[in-house]
Amino acid sequence: MLNWLRRPKYRSLQRREMPAGLWAKCPRCTNLIYRKELERNLKVCPKCAYHHRLPAIERLEITLDEDSFAEFDADLTSADPLKFEGYPQKLNEARQKTGRPEAVITGDGTIEGYRTVIGALDFHFMGGSMGSAVGEKVARAAEQARDRRLPLVIFSASGGARMQEGALSLMQLAKTSAAIGRLHDAGLPYLSVMCDPTTGGVTASFAFLGDVVLAEPGALIGFAGRRVIEQTIRRKLPDDFQTAEFCLKKGLLDMVVPRSEMRSTVARLLSFFGAPKVEAVSVEAPARTETPQVAESRSGGSAAEG
Amino acid sequence: MITSTPGPSSDLDRQLGDLEAEIERLRRLSREQSIDLAGEIATLDARAEDVRRKIYTNPTPWHVVQLARHPQRPRLLDLVASLFTDVIELHGDRLFRDDPAMLAALARFDGQPVVVIGHNKGKDTKENIARNFGMPYPEGYRKALRAMRVGEKFHYPVIAFVDTPGAFPGDEAEERGQAEAIARNIEEMSRLRTPVIVVITGEGGSGGALAIAVGDLTLMLQYAIYTVISPEGCAAILWHDASKAAQAAEALRLTAKDLQALEIVDEILPEPFGGAHRDPDAAVGAVRAALQRHLPALRETPVEALLERRYAKFRTLGAVETAKI
Repeated sequence: MLNWLRRPKYRSLQRREMPAGLWAKCPRCTNLIYRKELERNLKVCPKCAYHHRLPAIERLEITLDEDSFAEFDADLTSADPLKFEGYPQKLNEARQKTGRPEAVITGDGTIEGYRTVIGALDFHFMGGSMGSAVGEKVARAAEQARDRRLPLVIFSASGGARMQEGALSLMQLAKTSAAIGRLHDAGLPYLSVMCDPTTGGVTASFAFLGDVVLAEPGALIGFAGRRVIEQTIRRKLPDDFQTAEFCLKKGLLDMVVPRSEMRSTVARLLSFFGAPKVEAVSVEAPARTETPQVAESRSGGSAAEG
Repeated sequence: MITSTPGPSSDLDRQLGDLEAEIERLRRLSREQSIDLAGEIATLDARAEDVRRKIYTNPTPWHVVQLARHPQRPRLLDLVASLFTDVIELHGDRLFRDDPAMLAALARFDGQPVVVIGHNKGKDTKENIARNFGMPYPEGYRKALRAMRVGEKFHYPVIAFVDTPGAFPGDEAEERGQAEAIARNIEEMSRLRTPVIVVITGEGGSGGALAIAVGDLTLMLQYAIYTVISPEGCAAILWHDASKAAQAAEALRLTAKDLQALEIVDEILPEPFGGAHRDPDAAVGAVRAALQRHLPALRETPVEALLERRYAKFRTLGAVETAKI
């Protein structure tokens, strides 16, 4: 399944994510699960439906058609503009741990044959925090989508702005939101999917700006942290506070979609918004009878299907 | 005045702290035992003032934080009263309620119509409680956006005054979507079809500040701060010790000078020696002069050129490199 990844180091990452052994313990229901079964189930606990956090690379893997991904800006990373104590070491540790230079992967690919620009944030890399490079890559992805008249899909998982870059990380909220604004002005679709957890500066910028905003079940979604809120209001918050389901009820999201249905749901939305479709669809994508579209021949944002 | 608490950050702070404690002790003594210590107290006062003078001459980032948060620092309503005429306040986001932590108003500057928005910190405890210490709820950001839309419609420049500890960490603010409200404002301001001038006057606290701070020009008072997280919050997260706030203030590069070097701030507006509260009129004068300097050109810039420039201004912020792994 990893054959579109040319970097062998990802494989070692896979092993580290799931400690060696045939069995894995679910952090929520604490049941022991046969590891192969968990993997087959897209890392959703078969007993309690807990959605394990996914590294960005695995997220892309279960979302995109096989061999369809081409990465943008693979080597881009944050510098240390403030000379912030301990930051270079933290960056290095995160790189060692994930085998990736930064907390987001962007590129283009197809989902059930629909061409799209896509990004996935990686909570395993410094809590998916947004510094200059994450902001830059998200903004470039939005600009690529605009220039090539493609949709944009972003899977978020982030603790917020990366404080080691000070106000420059705050400015990434403005940079990414402005780029998304131009995408909207160009009449192109943007789908935002919030995964566990999506908090702080990422929610206060591109993650909440989708034409359609989706979330995975149980994902923690919010701006301020639970503990600081409890300290401020001097009350205990309900258990489901800031969960995806809670946010849906409060009118902050459009839908909560289980991982097993996410790929088809995103594809359906891309279809609805008239995303261009490639001719040679991956074996994994279901066969379709509609006339395939190519981006170059497409004009405007009319919904060709759905 | 600068006080030395919490967490003295230099020898000068310690000296000042000791002197203040001694003055306080003598005052109490003189009160309780009816002894005339006026001479001694005056001497110590003069020495304390001397130390303060030294601190003001070269304030550390932590001193600047205290100046930015100073209870006597000119507030939004002081600025509005001196800078504008014909002020007509607007209320409410039309969705939930009127947020007293955010001001929205129509006003005239040198006779010309403008739209004013800003965080509304209080002057005393009572007013601060009523205004939630200048921390808006989502409806505050939405009210500001509504006022900005009015400005856009008539091509009146928007002038945004930033002075907030940050967004409000409360359950209701979350439930009503403060993240969405901030994100929406940021996006909309980035393409608002009228000039936007941002003036950071006190605390520029993270997302709650940025929600009204995307514009064509970012001006900052000399002892204001602008930061992604409070120094206390940063110290607590990084070092599990909020008392290391002075150290965090240093590391975060949150002063006007630092932010100008990072190109986040376009222009620093000078404050009187010792901070804006020592001579509010001088501080307000600096703001007035800057607005007079910049508004005419911004008014005349074609909207498309304005938006291109605004996009480029934020698009280029950040420091990236090619990974060496």
